[in-house]
Amino acid sequence: MKIFIGFVKKEFLHIFRDVRTLIILFGIPASQIFIFGYAVSTDIQNAGIAVLDLSNDEITTEITSRIESSDFFVLKERLQSEKEIDEAFKKGVIRQVIIFENGFGERLQKEGVADLLIIADGSEPNVANLVTGYTKSIISTWVSENSNIQNSGIMSIEPEVKMYYNPNLESQFMFVPGTITIILVLVCALMTSITITREKENGTMEVLLVSPLRPIHIILGKVAPYLLLSLLVMLVILFLSWIVFHLPVQGSMVLLLLETILYIVLALSLGIMISTLSKTTQQAMFISLLGLMMPTILLSGFIFPIEYMPEVYNYLSMIIPPRWFIVILKNILIKGTGLAFIWKETLILFGMTIFLIAFSVKNFKVRQQ
Amino acid sequence: MNENVVEVENLVKKFGSFIANDNLSFEVKRGEIFGFLGANGAGKTTTIRILVGLSPLTSGKVSVAGFDVTKQAEQVKKRIGYMCQKFSLYEDLTAEENIRLYGGIYGLSKREILQRSDSLLNRLKFEQYRKRLIGDLPPGMRQKLAFSVALLHNPEIVFLDEPTGGVDPFTRRQFWEMIYETASKGVTLFVTTHYMDEAEYCDRISIMDEGKIVALDTPSELKKRYKTKTVEDLFVKIARG
Amino acid sequence: MIKARNISKSYNGVTALDSISFDINRAELFGFIGPDGAGKTSLFRIITTLLIPDSGDMQVMEYDTVKDYRELRKRIGYMPGRFSLYADLTVEENLNFYATIFGTTVKENYHLIRDIYSHIEPFKKRQAGKLSGGMKQKLALSCALIHAPKLIVLDEPTTGVDAVSRTEFWEMLKKLQKEDITIVVSTPYMDEADRCDRIALLQSGKIMKTDTPGAITKSFDRNLFAVTAKNRFNLIQKLKEYSEIDTVYPFGDSIHITFKSVDRESELVKHLSDSGISDACITEIIPGIEDTFLNLMKPAGL
Repeated sequence: MKIFIGFVKKEFLHIFRDVRTLIILFGIPASQIFIFGYAVSTDIQNAGIAVLDLSNDEITTEITSRIESSDFFVLKERLQSEKEIDEAFKKGVIRQVIIFENGFGERLQKEGVADLLIIADGSEPNVANLVTGYTKSIISTWVSENSNIQNSGIMSIEPEVKMYYNPNLESQFMFVPGTITIILVLVCALMTSITITREKENGTMEVLLVSPLRPIHIILGKVAPYLLLSLLVMLVILFLSWIVFHLPVQGSMVLLLLETILYIVLALSLGIMISTLSKTTQQAMFISLLGLMMPTILLSGFIFPIEYMPEVYNYLSMIIPPRWFIVILKNILIKGTGLAFIWKETLILFGMTIFLIAFSVKNFKVRQQ
Repeated sequence: MNENVVEVENLVKKFGSFIANDNLSFEVKRGEIFGFLGANGAGKTTTIRILVGLSPLTSGKVSVAGFDVTKQAEQVKKRIGYMCQKFSLYEDLTAEENIRLYGGIYGLSKREILQRSDSLLNRLKFEQYRKRLIGDLPPGMRQKLAFSVALLHNPEIVFLDEPTGGVDPFTRRQFWEMIYETASKGVTLFVTTHYMDEAEYCDRISIMDEGKIVALDTPSELKKRYKTKTVEDLFVKIARG
Repeated sequence: MIKARNISKSYNGVTALDSISFDINRAELFGFIGPDGAGKTSLFRIITTLLIPDSGDMQVMEYDTVKDYRELRKRIGYMPGRFSLYADLTVEENLNFYATIFGTTVKENYHLIRDIYSHIEPFKKRQAGKLSGGMKQKLALSCALIHAPKLIVLDEPTTGVDAVSRTEFWEMLKKLQKEDITIVVSTPYMDEADRCDRIALLQSGKIMKTDTPGAITKSFDRNLFAVTAKNRFNLIQKLKEYSEIDTVYPFGDSIHITFKSVDRESELVKHLSDSGISDACITEIIPGIEDTFLNLMKPAGL
């Protein structure tokens, strides 16, 4: 055990001595968060809206003018029928359409309840959320004010929100899971494969082999520091996205960390596998970058949604672990769902990990060829 | 005709306050095999980098093949050849491709390259290896080819770094015969090596220590002067003070 | 200490080692002398259990190098051709690391490395990559010794190191021998052979001869002469023309020759002066290792 700790200590020394790489490691996720962050607007002002008032009564006019008079919205258009909605969105000047049902005012006064539909442009999910959020709050303010004054029983308006273009509201914060997925592959696979091949190149591997160190010690010793480092990078990303975008982890933090560890172990074993396949650090780098980074960026669904890929690529993407991990992250981080929704992905990753570990331990040579 | 191919006068090279070359003066004659010796860190590499025009000097005057290395570095580079033990030829290219590459670098015409590579391979009896990758040739053969390639553009002086280190004794002899032959044609050979038995082959040797040349003469003369049997003993005696 | 019988190894049909047998005694300084590509590194990898021979047996300290590799790995100190140090770790960190992976501490075995390490101790905070060749060599040796092995295997420890450091290095090895450590070393440099107790001359995967350096040079079966003249190239040409001469090899400032059957020195001098070399001087000399190596190599032909 002492031997093993000594080995791990040495690995940490390597890592800390290479300050440049460390800076890149933590710099890339940070800068990515900021770059994406500034592309996402968190304020709305004078957002264009349209109203389709099928009731056209006193109350709908009042609510409309209340919304219109706020600083957030500018009424661009009054629509006459539902058919005009599509065209209105296509013009690109409005963020949402507010639809009052037929007989809105009458129903509200008689039954105390009326239906309101908000259709928002989902192509920018963040903006859509803000716009609909503001609209709902204006309406609820109006409702509470008027309930008191008119004293005509309890009123409630339940606005229903629908998204145009992006009905599932794929969040703009998708870049957070994407960034995590890529960085972890980069740190784990690339870095471990490089450190192992570097030992081969330097000839130090020969001395390590001609020592009582077992291959499993060497592998674990190489892997342990990067496991910790990757977790740290992951936490930095989460912290930054929370500070900068107020994006909390929606689901269970424990589950998130466990899944992350699983993915890290997977990526590390990928790194070890790459190192057993390559003779020089250059080869290891190329295999990692071209064989892992590129598919991760292109096929994981981070940039190009998997649903829209040609079928071949869809199948191809199934063999790359990041595809599954992104789904897991999306669920825990953004949707806040639990293991029930992601057990399948977890199982796939788990299977891949077992396979890779077995493969690399078996292939790690106690001797030379 | 200028009989000195290398002329160094009061060469000083400083890196900050560190003096790598401390007021060196020496000449190397045409057709001479000159051994340039010194311990690690004695300042040899610095001097050679200055001689081949890769590094500026702090003060002094250095001319190689009749050209000033600071003002006419390009002229100097055209007239020198270089061969070191390790990375002289590209291992993943064939013998022929290596020759073509070097010929091209030195601006030889296609016809010249073809002519010279034929005569070169012929002389070395290498025709059958023309299409073989350098990496697949035995080390001794590689070495001989590397030397011939360094001579391809008819340089006036060739710098050799540990030319026969690790080569089997027989090939080594052939190699030195090639060097003698080259020298007899008036080409100067500037040899650096850590292996003192290699130095015994040189016409004259200089030994550097802490940036200065502390001995310069024929090996036999120096051995007599310092009362040692071999250049190795001589070197150790001088370097240990 | 080491007992090797008929060790052979080939890579993709190219023979690296061809049925090699030898014995190395305890506390011996044993040298494998041979050019690059003679098979030195392959042999050393077999000794250090890194490589499995295609055929043959080898016992090191009575352990089989194939079966008992785990036991052997605890007991051998190995210094591969390229000094295997971590360039980004300091001198001290390198040494500590190698001590730890062998389950020991620097303090425990400091007495073994004191003489060697004291040369580099002033630079212990320096990164190994920034050391000179001689210092790297000393550090690598310290690292190979730190677990107090009974056998150290040094593959070309003196390549790329200057003559002063090399001399110091051999002196250190001599001292280690007195600590009852067996030392196996390889070098392509014939002039280092005299530093060893016994040597094996290795060429093209075969051992041509194993003996003490003195006995090996004594086995040179003919008289050897050194010829000198000012113009060496011309001298070589003329010597080669002379029909009674068997071998002509340049050796530093002289040319070493042997005659075919009868030694004809005076006739040779006359032949040379007839050919215009008047300053030729011929003396009989005692052959060195390199002369013997050439002599043994010759029948293999080139």
